[in-house]
Formats: sequence, C-alpha cells, structure tokens
Amino acid sequence: MTTLTDDTLPVTPRAMRDEMIAFVLMALLLASVPFTGVYPFFVMQALCFALLACAFNLLIGYGGLLSFGHAMFLGTAGYCCAHALKVWALPPELGILVGIAAAFVLSLITGYISIRRQGIYFSMITLALSQLLYFIYLQAPFTHGEDGIQGIPQGRMFGVFDLSKPTVLYYVVLVGFLAGFLLIFRIINSPFGEVLKAIRENEPRAISLGYRTDQYKFLAFVLSGTLAGFAGALKVFVAQNASLTDVHWSMSGEVVLMTLVGGLGTIFGPVVGAFAIIAMQQYLAGFGQWVTVIQGSIFVVCVLTFRRGVIGEIAHYFRRSL
Amino acid sequence: MQALYAQLLVGLINGSFYALLSLGLAVIFGMLNIINFAHGALYMMGAFVAYFLLNLGGINYWWALLLAPIIVGIFGMILERTMLQWLTGLDHLYGLLLTFGIALIVQGVFQNYFGSSGLPYAIPDQLKGGMNLGFMFLPIYRGWVVIFSLVVCIATWFLIEKTRLGAYLRAATENPTLVRAFGVNVPRMITLTYGLGVGLAALAGVLSAPINQVRPLMGADLIIVVFAVVVIGGMGSIMGSIITGFALGVIEGLTKYFYPEASNTVVFVLMVLVLLVKPTGLTGRAA
Repeated sequence: MTTLTDDTLPVTPRAMRDEMIAFVLMALLLASVPFTGVYPFFVMQALCFALLACAFNLLIGYGGLLSFGHAMFLGTAGYCCAHALKVWALPPELGILVGIAAAFVLSLITGYISIRRQGIYFSMITLALSQLLYFIYLQAPFTHGEDGIQGIPQGRMFGVFDLSKPTVLYYVVLVGFLAGFLLIFRIINSPFGEVLKAIRENEPRAISLGYRTDQYKFLAFVLSGTLAGFAGALKVFVAQNASLTDVHWSMSGEVVLMTLVGGLGTIFGPVVGAFAIIAMQQYLAGFGQWVTVIQGSIFVVCVLTFRRGVIGEIAHYFRRSL
Repeated sequence: MQALYAQLLVGLINGSFYALLSLGLAVIFGMLNIINFAHGALYMMGAFVAYFLLNLGGINYWWALLLAPIIVGIFGMILERTMLQWLTGLDHLYGLLLTFGIALIVQGVFQNYFGSSGLPYAIPDQLKGGMNLGFMFLPIYRGWVVIFSLVVCIATWFLIEKTRLGAYLRAATENPTLVRAFGVNVPRMITLTYGLGVGLAALAGVLSAPINQVRPLMGADLIIVVFAVVVIGGMGSIMGSIITGFALGVIEGLTKYFYPEASNTVVFVLMVLVLLVKPTGLTGRAA
C-alpha cells in the first residue's frame, strides 16, 4: 500500500533552509496585504482557515490520521471564546485563551476515544463525535441554537490594540497565524515529528523499536485539536459571530479539501489550499449550491489525478521539501 | 403506553434503514476496502428515482421497489468502473475522500433543482390505513417497511453466507489474487458487489420515501449515524450489521420516548461507550 504523502525527500539542512526562505517570503507577502488594496477581511478569513488546515495537516500529513471532525475544535473554541468575550466581558487575549483551553480539553477527551481505532474507523469516529457535538450545541442554551452568538465585541488586545480597526485586527490575526504556523513547523521538525512520520510509514516497526505509538498519536491529536481551536478563537474576531456552520460536518470536509488541494504532508500546502478554496467560495458565492458541486468535483479530481496537491507537485518537481 | 409503542415502531423503522445501509457498507468494504461515503447520497437517489418514476412515468411503488435499486445500482457500477477502481492499492483513506466528493456532487446537483424542502410521495393504496393490534394502532405501511427490510437483510445474509456466489465473494475478500487464479473474474465481481451494496441503499431510499419526504439532504445526516452504527457493530460480520442496525434503531426509539432531548445523540453516545469498553466494536475484528 502506498502512503498518503510523497515523503521520499529527506529533511536535510538545505531543505530546512528552503523552507525558512519560503516562510519569510510568505510572511512578507502577507504583511504587505494592507498596502495592496486587497480586501483584508477575505485574507483574515483565509488565514484562520489556513491555520486550521495546517493543524489538520499535522495529524494527517505527519501522523497518517484522517480526522473528519476538525470542525468540532474550530466551533468549540469559537463558541467558548465568543461566550467569554460577550457574556463574561473578558479582554480579547483571555477570550482566546478560553477558546484554546476549551479545544484542548475537547481534544483530550475525543483523542482518548478516537485513537483506539485506526485508519478508516478513526475517520468515522471523529466524524461521529463532531456530529454529537453539533447536536449538543444545537440544543445548548449558551450557543443560541440556530442564531448563534452574534455581535461579539472585539475589544482591545492587551489594552492597547483596538481590534475594531481592520488594519490592527489584520496584523493581530497575522501574528497569530504565523505563531501557530511556526509552532507546527517546529513540531514537524522535532524528534517527536520524526517519530510521528515513522509511525505513519510503518507502525508495527515503530512499536518494535520500542515507541509507544498510541501515546505519540494521542499527543499529535491533542496538539492538532488545540491549534485548530486557536484558529477558531481567532476567527471569532474576524467574523464577529460563532454559529453552527463552524461545527457542521461540511466544515470538516472543507478543511480536508483545503489540505488535499494544497498537498497532504507539505508544510505550505494547507495555506495555499485554504486561500484557493476561500477565494473560490468568495467568487462563486452567487452560484448557490453549485459551489458544493464544484467542491465535490475538486475532491474527485484531486484524488484521481492530483494526489500530491499544488505544493506537493511543485516540491516533487524541484525535488525540494516544502 | 400508546406513545411508547409508536416510538418503538419508529425505532424499528429507523433500525431497518440503519441495517440496510450498514449492511451495504459492510459488503462494499469487504470487497473494495472502501468506506462508501456516497452511501447516503445514493440512498437519497433511490427515493428520488421512485419519485420520478411515479410522477414522470406513472410507474407505481411496487415497480419502483424493483427498478430504483437497479437504476441506482447501475449508476453505482458506472462510478466503480470509472473512478473507484483506480484506487486499488492506494491508502483506504483515498476511497473515503473520493466517495465524499461524489456525495457532495450528487447532493449539490439535487439541491440545485429541488431546494432543501421535501417532496411528498404517497403511500401505495394496498398499504394504506392501519390495523388495531389491541395494544396499539399499527399503520400498515410502517409494519410493511420493517418486515420487508428484515426479509431483504436475511436474503442478503443468505446470499453471502450460504450460496456458491457468496462463497466466491468471501474468498475474493480474503485473497483476490488466488481467486483470480481459479478463473473467477474478480474485477467484475467487485463491480457487481458495489452495485449490490448501492442497490440496498437505494431500496432503503424507496422504502423511506412515503414516510420521510423525498429531500436532497435526506441521506447526509443519516450516513453519519450509520457510520456510528458501523463503528459499534464492526464490519466483520453480515449478521452483526443487521442486528446492530435494528437494535440501535430500537434504542433510539426508546430514547425518544423516555428522554427526547437525547434522541439525536444516543447512537453517538453508545458509540463512545462501546469504544471505551470494547474498542474493536461488538462483532468486529481488530482493524
């Protein structure tokens, strides 16, 4: 059986250098967005989804675990952050922490349950767990059901940065995204990340080498879920609402699609994929349900002919790891 | 007590759909090593084909019961020939992603033309009305759905476990290369198996058309529940899928009576409990 990702390229110091150059380029490009006249709301939204896709990719691309329920972390962190901001009137930095903490606790619980099965079962379990949470949020009073939590105050970050100003908010979201991205980058290149890749390639062998693979997978799941929660908390400030769409299975599917388009197991792929899918939704918004049809078609085309994704193909062509 | 029996009956009906769908999933998984995410969409197609047959062709329910599974089954076999077969040898997860994409396409197309509201499908004349069983009033159509599903499930079990064709099928599941060496056309068998699994989903769709209206998203949420059913029961045994499907339907029905707030979530909660106690599922082998 071939593995999900093209990982024949060893991580050498040179590849690390390429990745760092690409990272700096990406950071500069994103930092210059407010000066270009591009609609900042679109980029902020894409950045939140990019972080979510990167977190998802940590699990599938490096751990080989396909979660079909990552929307539950996005939505849970979003609801809790929104509740903390609006009802408890906490400042933004603490609101984000509340969101992250909620996603962390949720990933501890769901990870403990879902990691017991592998492969296809793991995907079905994560999907079922997120559907369970969807119904809980549908009925829980604090989420306001179908309406969601609306009109969330953005407040002042650390008492200084006024998040109601689009440019300030943009840089705060960008810094959050880059911090999350660097953390994932660090995790992937750590000894822990190497063990994770070893488990993905050949789990029985990793076990025979003395690694407790379940613990590694559990930790990867918790990291991925918590970072996805960070993305969900950031998204609250951009969208100023928290609603059921963020917990719905179609959201989990979109995250999978973003990562697949960009390239499973590539570092920059999820970012490219998130921008591509969000841009597509933006431009095709007037076509109603045809967007779903197009998304489905992209899934089919990607799986049948384009399994490496955009960045994966580029990396393969230049024989670099990106 | 009346309400309890009524909910039990609803539970049995839902259980019939769970059983038919998880049975199809298990049969497909056995041969193709693919979890068919499009199962819910194909179930929906079954209901829509019945609706079209009646409203455009004037073909009644009884013919739809036969024709819809065949039509949707052929559609499924085309999908298998044109797309799914190229995934042989790749990671299982690609099958999940591909069929998820197919589900999005099918559901999206139907949503474009029919919106999200339901279309009515009348109960056939022969099955209208109800009978008084003394302790409850039984609508005949609902009783028919339960009994007919049970018969189909057992027939499928018989086909796979007790016939020569089923023996080939089980052998090909274990070792396709060896079965090919004996001169059995395994790729054709795989296509037919996919058609059979999909046909069962379409049949469930036709059965549900008069009860739940015909809606483009009727299968979208159902398939997630069926996944939970499959995780609970495991896909190793045909009979296991049938029993788990019906049992969970009944438990869901009881929950609707005793604690209606949890009726949407009870199957998922049970899945969590089963995973904590017996991670391989009730009848499943380690996967």
